[in-house]
Amino acid sequence: MHPALAVIFLTLFSGGGFGIMALTAIINDFQIDGGLNPLQTMIAVILSLVFVSIGMLSSTAHLANPKNAWRAFTRWRTSWLAREGVFAVLYYPFAFAYLIWVFFTAGTQDTVGLILANLAGLIGLITIFCQGMIYAVLRTIRQWNTALVPANFYVMGLAIGATILAAERMIMGAPAPTLVGIALGLLVAAAVMKGIYYFWISRPNGPTIRTATGFNRFTVRILEQGHTFGTFLTEEFGHTLPNSKARSIKFMMYIFAFAIPVAALIIGILTGQMVFPWIAVISVVFGIGVERWLFFVEAQHVINLYHGRQQC
Amino acid sequence: MRLGLVIDLDTCVGCHACAVACKEWNTSGTTAPLTDYDPYGAKPSGVWFNRIRHFEIGDYPYNKTVNFPMSCMHCENAECVTVCPTGASYKRAEDGIVLVDQNKCMGCNYCSWACPYGARELDRVSGTMKKCTLCIDRIYDMEIPEEERQPACVLTCPAHARMYGDLDDPESPVSRAVRDRGGYQLMPELNYNPTNHYLPPRVHAPIPTEELKKKAVRKVKEWVNRVVER
Repeated sequence: MHPALAVIFLTLFSGGGFGIMALTAIINDFQIDGGLNPLQTMIAVILSLVFVSIGMLSSTAHLANPKNAWRAFTRWRTSWLAREGVFAVLYYPFAFAYLIWVFFTAGTQDTVGLILANLAGLIGLITIFCQGMIYAVLRTIRQWNTALVPANFYVMGLAIGATILAAERMIMGAPAPTLVGIALGLLVAAAVMKGIYYFWISRPNGPTIRTATGFNRFTVRILEQGHTFGTFLTEEFGHTLPNSKARSIKFMMYIFAFAIPVAALIIGILTGQMVFPWIAVISVVFGIGVERWLFFVEAQHVINLYHGRQQC
Repeated sequence: MRLGLVIDLDTCVGCHACAVACKEWNTSGTTAPLTDYDPYGAKPSGVWFNRIRHFEIGDYPYNKTVNFPMSCMHCENAECVTVCPTGASYKRAEDGIVLVDQNKCMGCNYCSWACPYGARELDRVSGTMKKCTLCIDRIYDMEIPEEERQPACVLTCPAHARMYGDLDDPESPVSRAVRDRGGYQLMPELNYNPTNHYLPPRVHAPIPTEELKKKAVRKVKEWVNRVVER
């Protein structure tokens, strides 16, 4: 698949943003590390809104005809993309209401505040699920057609959110041992989930050039693609990544997305240095951005079989 | 009714006339234009509803070239319609034709991701998704003679490798052809249940090239050829 930056940013930033909101609600529900004070809560909610908005705005850049974008909310009965849009928009009033409530009443942990926070967090989590299902329902791309995709989106979004919240607490000089623990746990879980995903997609088991052409008992080779230059199909679906290159990029991704944030959070909480939480946040966002890029480049659409690939 | 095409891989000669006729008709049809990018330059590209690929089947000396035209299969389980968030993509209940409402499409490409057969192509200029309409503006046009109420690709095919008809009717010529010739669907394992069917090449006895040389007529011919100057 063509790794469009717009879609990478959409899933990366909105996933992280919803992760921040969901964890903010949980932290204030159970007063983890004493809960977030009003200022910390407001910063967290604003960060969440900014992240989600970056994602949503960049997704419109992916549209070739954005003047019809409003129609994308109409087919929520059948389309996961429409459902994602509906829930993403529904998220805003609740997140804003919580922000305004905290601003005027400083009530981060009273009943009204918590109801708003939990509703916003829940809608965010539903949106992540819809986002994952956009890809997971496509039978044409076996690397995506697995329940591991929404599961990965969840754990990655929560890992980004937890890292950002732990870093925010550390930077603001508040105690954050449990928050760092949550972030470490989610980062490790995300690394393991991604490992399971890579194991799952490593062996080809999808349609072949034989089933694509119907000549099931013969070897089939492409002689001519039938066009002199690229087409929409080759531009959109033709991207591939050599195995050796994919392996080195995955190694780099694991370093940035998981190893550096884990190390930086641990060193940060032990030394109290301000620079380490910043390193953790920048590294996790960059690393999971690379992960999302790989997610798109590695996806092999079955149309490639008609352009000469033997198996997808 | 379930309108669609049946493509005979035995007789298709791979001339691309169907693709050209399709482009010619549809560039002024209901989803017109079919934009070209850089048509006379170094990197010609553009929107086509119909593309022909060429495959080699089997290994030498038991190999064969098969020309493979592909357009929208007007699937029964048209995932492209299911995933469309705007409702621009739809499948007509009365005849099963899958269409894109150009006024509703927002150009998100999602339907093209859901299509296994590469039937949908984004027009960069209009920003909308375009696809085979089964020449809906021909097949229902009461102004033209009845025998011409067929898709442009079917009418133009010089090898009669393309048939158009109702695949729901078991006695229609297309259904008979599928039944008699062992017509099949592409990538059935994805369960899109495409309407278009492909007829496999017929099994022919190989033409004996070695033995021909031993025949007397052939020898006389060679002798005459040697004697007669051109």
